Amino acid sequence: MTNGDLTQLTVKETLRLLRLGSVSAADLVTAHVERIERLDPHVKAYLRFTPELWEKQAAEADRLIRQGETRPLLGIPVAIKDVLCVRGVETTAGSQILKGFKPPYTATAVQRLFDAGAVMLGVTNCDEFAMGSSTENSSYFPTRNPWDLARVPGGSSGGSAAAVAAGEAMLALGTDTGGSIRQPAALCGVVGMKPTYGRVSRYGLIAFASSLDQIGPFARSVDDAAITLSVISGLDDLDATSADRAPMEVLSNFGGGVKGMRLGVPREYYEVEGIEPGVKAAIDAALDVLRMQGAEIVDVSLPHTDYGLAAYYIIAPAECSSNLARFDGVRYGLSEVDAPNITELYLETRRKGFGSEVRRRVMLGTYALSSGYYDAYYLKAQKVRTLIKRDFDEAFEKCDAIVSATSPTVAFPLGAKTQDPLSMYLCDVLTLGGNLAGLPGISIPCGTSDGLPVGLQVLAPQWGENVALRVARAYEEASRIRAEVAEVV
Amino acid sequence: MPLSKDEVRHVAMLARLGVEPGDEEYYAEQLSGILEHIDRLQQLDTGDIPPTAQVVEISSRLREDDPRPSLTQEEALANAPAAVNGMFRVPSIQEEA
Repeated sequence: MTNGDLTQLTVKETLRLLRLGSVSAADLVTAHVERIERLDPHVKAYLRFTPELWEKQAAEADRLIRQGETRPLLGIPVAIKDVLCVRGVETTAGSQILKGFKPPYTATAVQRLFDAGAVMLGVTNCDEFAMGSSTENSSYFPTRNPWDLARVPGGSSGGSAAAVAAGEAMLALGTDTGGSIRQPAALCGVVGMKPTYGRVSRYGLIAFASSLDQIGPFARSVDDAAITLSVISGLDDLDATSADRAPMEVLSNFGGGVKGMRLGVPREYYEVEGIEPGVKAAIDAALDVLRMQGAEIVDVSLPHTDYGLAAYYIIAPAECSSNLARFDGVRYGLSEVDAPNITELYLETRRKGFGSEVRRRVMLGTYALSSGYYDAYYLKAQKVRTLIKRDFDEAFEKCDAIVSATSPTVAFPLGAKTQDPLSMYLCDVLTLGGNLAGLPGISIPCGTSDGLPVGLQVLAPQWGENVALRVARAYEEASRIRAEVAEVV
Repeated sequence: MPLSKDEVRHVAMLARLGVEPGDEEYYAEQLSGILEHIDRLQQLDTGDIPPTAQVVEISSRLREDDPRPSLTQEEALANAPAAVNGMFRVPSIQEEA
Protein backbone atom coordinates (compact mmCIF):
# COMPACT_ATOMS: atom_id res chain seq x y z
CA MET A 1 0.00 0.00 0.00
CA THR A 2 1.40 3.41 -0.94
CA ASN A 3 1.50 6.23 1.54
CA GLY A 4 -1.06 8.20 -0.46
CA ASP A 5 -3.64 5.48 -0.03
CA LEU A 6 -3.37 5.69 3.73
CA THR A 7 -4.97 9.11 3.65
CA GLN A 8 -8.06 7.80 1.85
CA LEU A 9 -9.12 5.26 4.47
CA THR A 10 -11.87 5.31 7.04
CA VAL A 11 -11.13 4.71 10.72
CA LYS A 12 -12.66 1.26 10.58
CA GLU A 13 -10.44 0.16 7.68
CA THR A 14 -7.37 1.71 9.27
CA LEU A 15 -7.85 -0.03 12.61
CA ARG A 16 -7.96 -3.36 10.78
CA LEU A 17 -4.69 -2.66 8.94
CA LEU A 18 -3.03 -1.52 12.16
CA ARG A 19 -4.11 -4.70 13.93
CA LEU A 20 -2.80 -6.83 11.09
CA GLY A 21 0.51 -5.03 11.38
CA SER A 22 0.53 -4.08 7.69
CA VAL A 23 0.81 -0.40 8.61
CA SER A 24 1.95 1.43 11.73
CA ALA A 25 0.71 4.58 13.40
CA ALA A 26 4.01 6.17 12.37
CA ASP A 27 3.28 5.27 8.71
CA LEU A 28 -0.10 6.94 9.00
CA VAL A 29 1.49 10.11 10.34
CA THR A 30 4.07 10.13 7.55
CA ALA A 31 1.41 9.68 4.88
CA HIS A 32 -0.71 12.49 6.29
CA VAL A 33 2.21 14.85 6.78
CA GLU A 34 3.31 14.28 3.17
CA ARG A 35 -0.18 15.03 1.95
CA ILE A 36 -0.42 18.12 4.17
CA GLU A 37 2.91 19.40 2.81
CA ARG A 38 1.61 18.97 -0.73
CA LEU A 39 -1.96 20.26 -0.30
CA ASP A 40 -2.21 22.52 2.70
CA PRO A 41 -0.39 25.45 1.07
CA HIS A 42 -3.50 25.53 -1.18
CA VAL A 43 -6.26 24.50 1.27
CA LYS A 44 -4.88 26.22 4.38
CA ALA A 45 -6.87 24.04 6.76
CA TYR A 46 -4.26 24.13 9.52
CA LEU A 47 -3.03 27.01 11.65
CA ARG A 48 -0.30 25.04 13.38
CA PHE A 49 1.19 21.59 13.53
CA THR A 50 2.07 19.51 16.58
CA PRO A 51 5.08 17.33 15.62
CA GLU A 52 6.08 16.71 19.24
CA LEU A 53 2.64 15.32 20.01
CA TRP A 54 2.33 13.21 16.88
CA GLU A 55 5.75 11.64 17.35
CA LYS A 56 5.07 10.78 20.97
CA GLN A 57 1.49 9.62 20.43
CA ALA A 58 2.26 7.53 17.33
CA ALA A 59 5.17 5.82 19.06
CA GLU A 60 2.97 5.06 22.06
CA ALA A 61 0.18 3.77 19.79
CA ASP A 62 2.59 1.47 17.97
CA ARG A 63 3.90 0.17 21.29
CA LEU A 64 0.36 -0.59 22.51
CA ILE A 65 -0.62 -2.23 19.21
CA ARG A 66 2.42 -4.52 19.43
CA GLN A 67 1.27 -5.50 22.91
CA GLY A 68 -2.09 -6.46 21.41
CA GLU A 69 -4.01 -3.63 23.04
CA THR A 70 -7.14 -2.32 21.32
CA ARG A 71 -8.64 1.13 21.79
CA PRO A 72 -11.35 2.77 19.69
CA LEU A 73 -9.03 5.24 17.93
CA LEU A 74 -5.60 3.74 18.54
CA GLY A 75 -3.18 5.26 16.00
CA ILE A 76 -5.78 7.39 14.18
CA PRO A 77 -4.53 10.84 12.99
CA VAL A 78 -6.83 13.68 14.07
CA ALA A 79 -7.05 17.47 13.80
CA ILE A 80 -8.40 19.80 16.49
CA LYS A 81 -10.24 23.09 15.99
CA ASP A 82 -8.45 26.15 17.36
CA VAL A 83 -11.05 26.70 20.10
CA LEU A 84 -10.24 23.53 22.06
CA CYS A 85 -7.46 23.85 24.61
CA VAL A 86 -4.56 21.43 24.39
CA ARG A 87 -2.03 21.74 27.20
CA GLY A 88 1.12 23.47 25.98
CA VAL A 89 -0.14 23.88 22.38
CA GLU A 90 -0.86 27.43 21.21
CA THR A 91 -4.66 27.84 21.10
CA THR A 92 -6.05 31.14 19.79
CA ALA A 93 -9.71 30.76 18.72
CA GLY A 94 -8.63 32.20 15.37
CA SER A 95 -8.06 35.53 17.14
CA GLN A 96 -5.16 37.94 17.57
CA ILE A 97 -6.24 38.53 21.16
CA LEU A 98 -5.09 35.02 22.13
CA LYS A 99 -1.93 34.98 20.05
CA GLY A 100 0.74 33.02 21.90
CA PHE A 101 -1.67 31.58 24.49
CA LYS A 102 -0.60 28.12 25.63
CA PRO A 103 -3.32 26.56 27.81
CA PRO A 104 -2.26 24.98 31.10
CA TYR A 105 -4.87 22.21 30.63
CA THR A 106 -6.48 20.06 27.93
CA ALA A 107 -10.18 20.09 26.98
CA THR A 108 -12.02 16.99 28.17
CA ALA A 109 -13.17 16.05 24.64
CA VAL A 110 -9.58 16.22 23.38
CA GLN A 111 -8.25 14.29 26.39
CA ARG A 112 -10.80 11.56 25.70
CA LEU A 113 -9.62 11.34 22.06
CA PHE A 114 -6.04 11.03 23.30
CA ASP A 115 -7.04 8.39 25.86
CA ALA A 116 -8.69 6.44 23.02
CA GLY A 117 -5.33 6.41 21.21
CA ALA A 118 -5.72 9.26 18.67
CA VAL A 119 -2.64 10.98 17.26
CA MET A 120 -2.88 14.77 16.97
CA LEU A 121 -1.57 16.31 13.74
CA GLY A 122 -2.36 19.95 14.37
CA VAL A 123 -4.73 22.81 15.07
CA THR A 124 -7.30 23.78 12.43
CA ASN A 125 -8.40 27.22 11.30
CA CYS A 126 -11.78 28.71 12.18
CA ASP A 127 -13.72 31.94 12.21
CA GLU A 128 -12.60 34.15 15.10
CA PHE A 129 -14.19 32.81 18.30
CA ALA A 130 -16.24 30.49 16.05
CA MET A 131 -18.28 33.45 14.78
CA GLY A 132 -18.92 33.01 11.10
CA SER A 133 -20.04 30.65 8.36
CA SER A 134 -17.11 30.77 5.95
CA THR A 135 -13.84 30.75 7.96
CA GLU A 136 -13.12 34.14 6.37
CA ASN A 137 -13.36 35.72 9.83
CA SER A 138 -10.19 33.95 10.95
CA SER A 139 -7.69 36.65 11.88
CA TYR A 140 -4.92 34.55 10.28
CA PHE A 141 -6.11 33.62 6.77
CA PRO A 142 -9.16 32.11 5.07
CA THR A 143 -9.35 28.36 4.47
CA ARG A 144 -10.29 27.16 0.98
CA ASN A 145 -12.81 24.52 -0.04
CA PRO A 146 -10.85 21.43 -1.20
CA TRP A 147 -13.41 20.85 -3.98
CA ASP A 148 -12.95 24.35 -5.43
CA LEU A 149 -10.19 26.52 -4.04
CA ALA A 150 -11.99 29.71 -5.08
CA ARG A 151 -14.81 28.87 -2.66
CA VAL A 152 -15.23 28.85 1.10
CA PRO A 153 -15.27 25.63 3.15
CA GLY A 154 -18.12 26.95 5.31
CA GLY A 155 -17.63 27.73 8.95
CA SER A 156 -16.93 28.29 11.61
CA SER A 157 -15.17 24.89 11.77
CA GLY A 158 -14.00 25.26 8.16
CA GLY A 159 -10.44 24.11 8.81
CA SER A 160 -11.59 20.86 10.41
CA ALA A 161 -14.05 20.13 7.60
CA ALA A 162 -11.49 20.95 4.89
CA ALA A 163 -8.78 18.85 6.56
CA VAL A 164 -11.00 15.76 6.60
CA ALA A 165 -12.27 16.41 3.05
CA ALA A 166 -8.73 16.83 1.68
CA GLY A 167 -7.33 13.71 3.35
CA GLU A 168 -5.20 15.88 5.64
CA ALA A 169 -6.70 14.17 8.72
CA MET A 170 -8.85 11.09 9.21
CA LEU A 171 -11.02 12.73 11.86
CA ALA A 172 -11.38 16.19 13.32
CA LEU A 173 -13.16 17.90 16.17
CA GLY A 174 -15.23 21.03 15.66
CA THR A 175 -17.81 23.03 17.56
CA ASP A 176 -21.36 23.93 16.60
CA THR A 177 -23.19 26.94 18.07
CA GLY A 178 -25.55 27.66 15.16
CA GLY A 179 -24.39 25.19 12.53
CA SER A 180 -20.60 25.45 12.70
CA ILE A 181 -20.06 21.68 12.33
CA ARG A 182 -22.96 20.73 10.07
CA GLN A 183 -22.71 23.58 7.54
CA PRO A 184 -18.97 23.18 6.76
CA ALA A 185 -19.45 19.39 6.67
CA ALA A 186 -22.14 19.93 4.02
CA LEU A 187 -20.04 22.38 2.00
CA CYS A 188 -16.97 20.12 2.10
CA GLY A 189 -18.77 16.82 1.46
CA VAL A 190 -17.98 15.08 4.76
CA VAL A 191 -19.95 13.83 7.76
CA GLY A 192 -20.32 16.22 10.71
CA MET A 193 -22.33 15.80 13.87
CA LYS A 194 -23.55 18.17 16.56
CA PRO A 195 -24.61 16.27 19.69
CA THR A 196 -27.45 17.01 22.10
CA TYR A 197 -26.57 19.93 24.38
CA GLY A 198 -24.86 18.33 27.38
CA ARG A 199 -23.75 15.13 25.64
CA VAL A 200 -20.12 16.26 25.38
CA SER A 201 -18.30 18.18 28.09
CA ARG A 202 -17.40 21.75 27.16
CA TYR A 203 -14.52 21.93 29.64
CA GLY A 204 -11.55 23.49 27.89
CA LEU A 205 -13.64 24.87 25.02
CA ILE A 206 -13.11 28.60 24.58
CA ALA A 207 -16.74 29.63 25.04
CA PHE A 208 -18.74 31.56 22.45
CA ALA A 209 -22.40 31.09 23.53
CA SER A 210 -22.55 28.76 26.48
CA SER A 211 -26.19 27.66 26.18
CA LEU A 212 -25.70 26.71 22.51
CA ASP A 213 -22.09 25.47 22.07
CA GLN A 214 -21.42 21.76 21.56
CA ILE A 215 -18.32 19.86 20.45
CA GLY A 216 -18.63 17.17 17.79
CA PRO A 217 -16.80 15.11 15.17
CA PHE A 218 -16.01 15.38 11.46
CA ALA A 219 -15.38 12.10 9.62
CA ARG A 220 -15.63 10.49 6.20
CA SER A 221 -18.22 7.90 7.22
CA VAL A 222 -21.21 7.75 9.54
CA ASP A 223 -19.61 4.85 11.44
CA ASP A 224 -16.45 6.88 12.06
CA ALA A 225 -18.46 9.88 13.30
CA ALA A 226 -20.47 7.61 15.60
CA ILE A 227 -17.39 5.98 17.11
CA THR A 228 -15.73 9.34 17.67
CA LEU A 229 -18.84 10.75 19.29
CA SER A 230 -19.07 7.80 21.68
CA VAL A 231 -15.42 8.38 22.64
CA ILE A 232 -15.86 12.07 23.52
CA SER A 233 -19.30 11.73 25.19
CA GLY A 234 -20.26 11.38 28.81
CA LEU A 235 -20.40 12.93 32.23
CA ASP A 236 -17.54 15.20 33.27
CA ASP A 237 -17.17 16.69 36.72
CA LEU A 238 -15.47 19.68 35.12
CA ASP A 239 -18.61 20.80 33.20
CA ALA A 240 -21.75 21.28 35.30
CA THR A 241 -23.92 21.07 32.17
CA SER A 242 -22.56 17.71 31.05
CA ALA A 243 -25.22 15.03 31.33
CA ASP A 244 -24.98 11.69 33.05
CA ARG A 245 -25.73 9.60 29.94
CA ALA A 246 -23.91 6.46 28.89
CA PRO A 247 -21.51 7.18 25.98
CA MET A 248 -22.47 3.93 24.24
CA GLU A 249 -26.10 5.09 24.11
CA VAL A 250 -25.25 6.97 20.90
CA LEU A 251 -24.42 3.69 19.15
CA SER A 252 -27.46 1.67 20.28
CA ASN A 253 -29.29 0.07 17.38
CA PHE A 254 -27.92 2.57 14.90
CA GLY A 255 -27.51 -0.09 12.25
CA GLY A 256 -31.24 -0.91 12.31
CA GLY A 257 -32.24 0.77 9.04
CA VAL A 258 -35.16 3.11 8.38
CA LYS A 259 -37.89 0.60 7.54
CA GLY A 260 -41.02 1.73 9.34
CA MET A 261 -39.49 4.99 10.56
CA ARG A 262 -41.38 8.23 10.05
CA LEU A 263 -39.16 11.01 8.70
CA GLY A 264 -40.57 14.52 8.89
CA VAL A 265 -39.93 17.13 6.20
CA PRO A 266 -40.68 20.59 7.62
CA ARG A 267 -42.27 22.61 4.84
CA GLU A 268 -40.59 25.79 6.16
CA TYR A 269 -37.18 24.12 5.66
CA TYR A 270 -38.05 22.45 2.37
CA GLU A 271 -39.22 25.75 0.85
CA VAL A 272 -36.73 27.96 2.69
CA GLU A 273 -36.01 31.28 1.00
CA GLY A 274 -32.89 31.18 -1.12
CA ILE A 275 -32.63 27.41 -1.46
CA GLU A 276 -30.84 26.57 -4.69
CA PRO A 277 -32.63 24.32 -7.21
CA GLY A 278 -29.65 21.95 -7.29
CA VAL A 279 -29.74 21.57 -3.52
CA LYS A 280 -33.47 20.92 -3.59
CA ALA A 281 -33.04 18.30 -6.30
CA ALA A 282 -30.37 16.49 -4.24
CA ILE A 283 -32.66 16.51 -1.19
CA ASP A 284 -35.59 15.18 -3.25
CA ALA A 285 -33.38 12.36 -4.50
CA ALA A 286 -32.29 11.61 -0.92
CA LEU A 287 -35.91 11.48 0.23
CA ASP A 288 -36.61 8.98 -2.57
CA VAL A 289 -33.74 6.79 -1.37
CA LEU A 290 -35.05 6.85 2.19
CA ARG A 291 -38.59 6.10 0.97
CA MET A 292 -37.28 3.12 -1.04
CA GLN A 293 -35.68 1.82 2.15
CA GLY A 294 -39.07 1.72 3.81
CA ALA A 295 -39.20 5.05 5.60
CA GLU A 296 -42.46 6.95 5.61
CA ILE A 297 -41.89 10.59 4.61
CA VAL A 298 -44.34 12.84 6.44
CA ASP A 299 -45.12 16.54 6.18
CA VAL A 300 -44.43 18.49 9.38
CA SER A 301 -44.32 22.16 10.29
CA LEU A 302 -41.97 24.35 12.32
CA PRO A 303 -44.10 27.51 12.26
CA HIS A 304 -41.63 29.80 14.04
CA THR A 305 -38.76 29.15 11.62
CA ASP A 306 -38.92 32.74 10.35
CA TYR A 307 -38.12 34.01 13.85
CA GLY A 308 -35.24 31.63 14.57
CA LEU A 309 -32.47 33.76 13.11
CA ALA A 310 -33.70 36.86 14.96
CA ALA A 311 -33.87 35.03 18.32
CA TYR A 312 -30.48 33.45 17.71
CA TYR A 313 -28.84 36.80 16.91
CA ILE A 314 -29.93 38.14 20.27
CA ILE A 315 -29.14 35.10 22.40
CA ALA A 316 -25.77 34.15 20.89
CA PRO A 317 -24.33 37.71 20.90
CA ALA A 318 -25.65 38.32 24.43
CA GLU A 319 -23.86 35.24 25.71
CA CYS A 320 -20.74 36.06 23.69
CA SER A 321 -20.59 39.60 25.05
CA SER A 322 -20.29 38.25 28.59
CA ASN A 323 -18.03 35.31 27.70
CA LEU A 324 -15.58 37.56 25.86
CA ALA A 325 -15.34 39.99 28.78
CA ARG A 326 -12.50 37.82 30.09
CA PHE A 327 -10.20 38.96 27.28
CA ASP A 328 -8.98 42.04 29.07
CA GLY A 329 -5.21 41.96 28.56
CA VAL A 330 -4.47 41.03 32.18
CA ARG A 331 -3.98 37.27 32.44
CA TYR A 332 -3.15 36.06 28.92
CA GLY A 333 -2.90 36.97 25.27
CA LEU A 334 -2.48 40.34 23.64
CA SER A 335 -2.11 43.21 26.08
CA GLU A 336 -1.57 46.93 26.07
CA VAL A 337 -0.25 46.56 29.58
CA ASP A 338 1.67 49.81 29.48
CA ALA A 339 -1.47 51.85 28.89
CA PRO A 340 -1.78 54.90 31.21
CA ASN A 341 -4.70 53.46 33.18
CA ILE A 342 -6.79 50.31 33.49
CA THR A 343 -9.66 51.50 31.26
CA GLU A 344 -7.22 52.33 28.48
CA LEU A 345 -5.70 48.85 28.91
CA TYR A 346 -9.11 47.26 28.26
CA LEU A 347 -10.08 49.59 25.41
CA GLU A 348 -6.79 49.32 23.54
CA THR A 349 -6.29 45.58 24.06
CA ARG A 350 -9.78 44.82 22.78
CA ARG A 351 -9.52 47.34 19.94
CA LYS A 352 -6.36 45.68 18.65
CA GLY A 353 -7.31 42.10 19.50
CA PHE A 354 -10.83 41.63 18.14
CA GLY A 355 -11.82 41.54 14.45
CA SER A 356 -14.91 43.22 13.04
CA GLU A 357 -17.37 40.31 13.34
CA VAL A 358 -16.46 39.77 16.99
CA ARG A 359 -16.81 43.50 17.68
CA ARG A 360 -20.17 43.51 15.92
CA ARG A 361 -21.49 40.66 18.06
CA VAL A 362 -20.06 41.95 21.33
CA MET A 363 -21.75 45.31 20.67
CA LEU A 364 -25.03 43.70 19.61
CA GLY A 365 -25.06 41.51 22.71
CA THR A 366 -24.10 44.36 25.02
CA TYR A 367 -26.86 46.48 23.51
CA ALA A 368 -29.47 43.70 23.91
CA LEU A 369 -28.54 43.27 27.57
CA SER A 370 -28.20 46.95 28.38
CA SER A 371 -30.52 48.89 30.63
CA GLY A 372 -33.84 49.67 28.93
CA TYR A 373 -33.48 47.05 26.17
CA TYR A 374 -33.29 43.80 28.12
CA ASP A 375 -37.04 43.05 28.03
CA ALA A 376 -37.51 44.07 24.41
CA TYR A 377 -34.61 42.01 23.11
CA TYR A 378 -33.08 39.42 25.42
CA LEU A 379 -36.18 38.35 27.33
CA LYS A 380 -38.23 38.40 24.15
CA ALA A 381 -35.67 36.20 22.36
CA GLN A 382 -35.68 33.71 25.24
CA LYS A 383 -39.47 33.46 25.00
CA VAL A 384 -39.25 32.91 21.26
CA ARG A 385 -36.68 30.21 22.01
CA THR A 386 -39.43 28.46 23.99
CA LEU A 387 -41.75 28.68 20.97
CA ILE A 388 -39.09 27.21 18.70
CA LYS A 389 -38.44 24.37 21.14
CA ARG A 390 -42.18 23.67 21.24
CA ASP A 391 -42.32 23.58 17.43
CA PHE A 392 -39.80 20.75 17.48
CA ASP A 393 -41.59 18.95 20.34
CA GLU A 394 -44.80 19.00 18.32
CA ALA A 395 -43.09 17.92 15.10
CA PHE A 396 -41.48 14.96 16.88
CA GLU A 397 -44.93 13.75 17.89
CA LYS A 398 -45.50 13.08 14.19
CA CYS A 399 -42.08 11.76 13.22
CA ASP A 400 -38.97 10.01 14.53
CA ALA A 401 -36.50 12.38 12.90
CA ILE A 402 -36.49 15.51 10.74
CA VAL A 403 -34.72 15.65 7.37
CA SER A 404 -33.79 18.70 5.32
CA ALA A 405 -30.93 20.32 3.49
CA THR A 406 -28.12 21.36 5.85
CA SER A 407 -27.41 24.57 3.94
CA PRO A 408 -29.67 26.33 1.41
CA THR A 409 -26.67 26.73 -0.90
CA VAL A 410 -23.52 24.95 -1.94
CA ALA A 411 -20.12 26.48 -1.16
CA PHE A 412 -19.99 30.12 -2.28
CA PRO A 413 -17.01 32.10 -3.61
CA LEU A 414 -14.68 33.79 -1.14
CA GLY A 415 -15.77 37.35 -0.49
CA ALA A 416 -19.35 36.79 -1.68
CA LYS A 417 -20.95 37.49 1.70
CA THR A 418 -18.33 39.37 3.68
CA GLN A 419 -19.82 42.84 3.11
CA ASP A 420 -23.32 41.92 4.27
CA PRO A 421 -23.42 40.28 7.72
CA LEU A 422 -27.09 39.30 7.46
CA SER A 423 -26.50 37.34 4.23
CA MET A 424 -23.74 35.40 6.03
CA TYR A 425 -26.02 34.76 9.02
CA LEU A 426 -28.66 33.29 6.69
CA CYS A 427 -26.25 30.40 5.91
CA ASP A 428 -27.33 28.90 9.25
CA VAL A 429 -31.07 29.26 8.85
CA LEU A 430 -31.60 25.47 8.66
CA THR A 431 -29.16 24.55 11.41
CA LEU A 432 -29.56 27.09 14.23
CA GLY A 433 -32.98 25.78 15.27
CA GLY A 434 -31.24 22.59 16.38
CA ASN A 435 -28.99 24.64 18.69
CA LEU A 436 -31.83 26.71 20.12
CA ALA A 437 -33.72 23.47 20.91
CA GLY A 438 -30.61 21.53 22.04
CA LEU A 439 -31.12 18.76 19.47
CA PRO A 440 -28.60 16.35 17.99
CA GLY A 441 -28.07 16.78 14.25
CA ILE A 442 -25.88 15.25 11.58
CA SER A 443 -24.96 16.35 8.07
CA ILE A 444 -24.01 13.71 5.53
CA PRO A 445 -23.06 14.01 1.85
CA CYS A 446 -26.04 13.53 -0.50
CA GLY A 447 -24.64 14.18 -3.95
CA THR A 448 -23.59 17.33 -5.73
CA SER A 449 -24.98 20.42 -7.41
CA ASP A 450 -22.79 21.98 -10.11
CA GLY A 451 -20.02 19.65 -8.97
CA LEU A 452 -20.12 20.91 -5.36
CA PRO A 453 -21.19 18.82 -2.35
CA VAL A 454 -24.71 19.00 -0.91
CA GLY A 455 -25.43 17.96 2.69
CA LEU A 456 -28.48 16.17 4.07
CA GLN A 457 -29.32 17.15 7.65
CA VAL A 458 -31.00 14.73 10.06
CA LEU A 459 -32.26 16.16 13.36
CA ALA A 460 -33.52 13.96 16.18
CA PRO A 461 -35.14 14.56 19.58
CA GLN A 462 -32.81 15.32 22.50
CA TRP A 463 -30.59 12.32 23.36
CA GLY A 464 -31.61 10.68 20.07
CA GLU A 465 -28.14 10.68 18.47
CA ASN A 466 -28.64 6.99 17.70
CA VAL A 467 -31.82 7.85 15.76
CA ALA A 468 -30.07 10.50 13.65
CA LEU A 469 -27.13 8.15 13.10
CA ARG A 470 -29.46 5.33 12.12
CA VAL A 471 -31.10 7.42 9.40
CA ALA A 472 -27.72 8.72 8.22
CA ARG A 473 -26.21 5.26 8.08
CA ALA A 474 -29.17 3.76 6.23
CA TYR A 475 -28.97 6.59 3.69
CA GLU A 476 -25.20 6.25 3.29
CA GLU A 477 -25.51 2.52 2.69
CA ALA A 478 -28.46 2.65 0.29
CA SER A 479 -27.36 5.71 -1.71
CA ARG A 480 -23.79 4.45 -2.03
CA ILE A 481 -22.79 8.08 -1.67
CA ARG A 482 -19.65 8.12 0.43
CA ALA A 483 -17.63 11.04 1.60
CA GLU A 484 -14.72 11.05 -0.83
CA VAL A 485 -11.29 12.58 -0.50
CA ALA A 486 -10.88 15.67 -2.65
CA GLU A 487 -7.98 15.62 -5.10
CA VAL A 488 -7.52 19.40 -4.71
CA VAL A 489 -4.64 19.91 -7.16
CA MET B 1 -34.90 50.38 15.51
CA PRO B 2 -31.87 52.14 13.97
CA LEU B 3 -28.86 52.70 16.17
CA SER B 4 -27.29 56.17 16.31
CA LYS B 5 -23.57 56.90 16.37
CA ASP B 6 -23.94 58.04 19.98
CA GLU B 7 -25.51 54.73 20.93
CA VAL B 8 -22.69 52.84 19.24
CA ARG B 9 -20.19 54.91 21.22
CA HIS B 10 -22.11 54.21 24.44
CA VAL B 11 -22.37 50.44 23.78
CA ALA B 12 -18.69 50.22 22.77
CA MET B 13 -17.74 51.90 26.06
CA LEU B 14 -19.97 49.52 28.05
CA ALA B 15 -18.19 46.61 26.33
CA ARG B 16 -14.78 48.28 26.80
CA LEU B 17 -14.16 48.13 23.06
CA GLY B 18 -11.92 50.85 21.76
CA VAL B 19 -13.27 52.41 18.55
CA GLU B 20 -11.29 53.74 15.66
CA PRO B 21 -12.16 56.83 13.63
CA GLY B 22 -15.05 55.96 11.32
CA ASP B 23 -16.05 52.94 13.39
CA GLU B 24 -19.18 54.52 14.84
CA GLU B 25 -20.69 55.16 11.44
CA TYR B 26 -19.77 51.71 10.11
CA TYR B 27 -21.18 49.83 13.10
CA ALA B 28 -24.26 52.09 13.38
CA GLU B 29 -25.18 51.15 9.83
CA GLN B 30 -24.42 47.44 10.17
CA LEU B 31 -26.01 46.96 13.57
CA SER B 32 -29.10 48.88 12.45
CA GLY B 33 -29.48 46.47 9.52
CA ILE B 34 -29.29 43.47 11.84
CA LEU B 35 -31.66 45.03 14.38
CA GLU B 36 -34.14 45.72 11.59
CA HIS B 37 -34.29 41.97 10.96
CA ILE B 38 -34.45 41.22 14.68
CA ASP B 39 -37.41 43.56 15.13
CA ARG B 40 -39.69 40.91 13.64
CA LEU B 41 -39.66 39.30 17.10
CA GLN B 42 -42.00 42.08 18.22
CA GLN B 43 -44.71 40.66 15.91
CA LEU B 44 -45.07 37.62 18.18
CA ASP B 45 -47.35 37.69 21.18
CA THR B 46 -45.27 36.08 23.91
CA GLY B 47 -47.30 37.27 26.91
CA ASP B 48 -47.90 33.81 28.41
CA ILE B 49 -44.70 32.19 27.20
CA PRO B 50 -42.00 31.44 29.77
CA PRO B 51 -38.42 32.25 28.73
CA THR B 52 -35.92 29.45 28.04
CA ALA B 53 -32.36 29.96 29.24
CA GLN B 54 -31.34 26.33 29.17
CA VAL B 55 -32.95 23.74 26.90
CA VAL B 56 -31.88 20.46 28.41
CA GLU B 57 -33.10 19.29 31.78
CA ILE B 58 -29.93 18.80 33.75
CA SER B 59 -30.04 19.09 37.50
CA SER B 60 -27.13 20.81 39.17
CA ARG B 61 -24.63 18.49 40.74
CA LEU B 62 -22.35 19.52 43.55
CA ARG B 63 -19.00 17.93 44.13
CA GLU B 64 -17.63 17.05 47.54
CA ASP B 65 -15.92 20.05 49.07
CA ASP B 66 -12.53 18.38 49.23
CA PRO B 67 -9.28 20.17 48.51
CA ARG B 68 -7.71 19.14 45.22
CA PRO B 69 -4.74 20.21 43.16
CA SER B 70 -4.98 23.39 41.13
CA LEU B 71 -2.60 25.34 38.93
CA THR B 72 0.63 26.37 40.56
CA GLN B 73 1.37 30.08 40.77
CA GLU B 74 3.99 29.60 38.06
CA GLU B 75 1.49 27.88 35.73
CA ALA B 76 -1.15 30.51 36.38
CA LEU B 77 1.28 33.27 35.47
CA ALA B 78 2.87 31.49 32.50
CA ASN B 79 0.70 33.38 29.97
CA ALA B 80 0.73 36.70 31.81
CA PRO B 81 1.60 39.69 29.61
CA ALA B 82 3.34 41.18 32.65
CA ALA B 83 3.95 39.70 36.08
CA VAL B 84 5.73 41.03 39.08
CA ASN B 85 6.40 39.33 42.44
CA GLY B 86 4.09 36.43 41.53
CA MET B 87 1.20 38.73 40.59
CA PHE B 88 -0.37 40.03 37.37
CA ARG B 89 0.81 43.56 36.72
CA VAL B 90 -1.77 46.11 35.52
CA PRO B 91 -1.68 49.88 35.08
CA SER B 92 -2.76 52.12 37.90
CA ILE B 93 -6.41 51.58 38.89
CA GLN B 94 -6.78 54.67 41.08
CA GLU B 95 -5.86 58.16 40.02
CA GLU B 96 -3.18 59.75 42.14
CA ALA B 97 -4.64 62.12 44.72
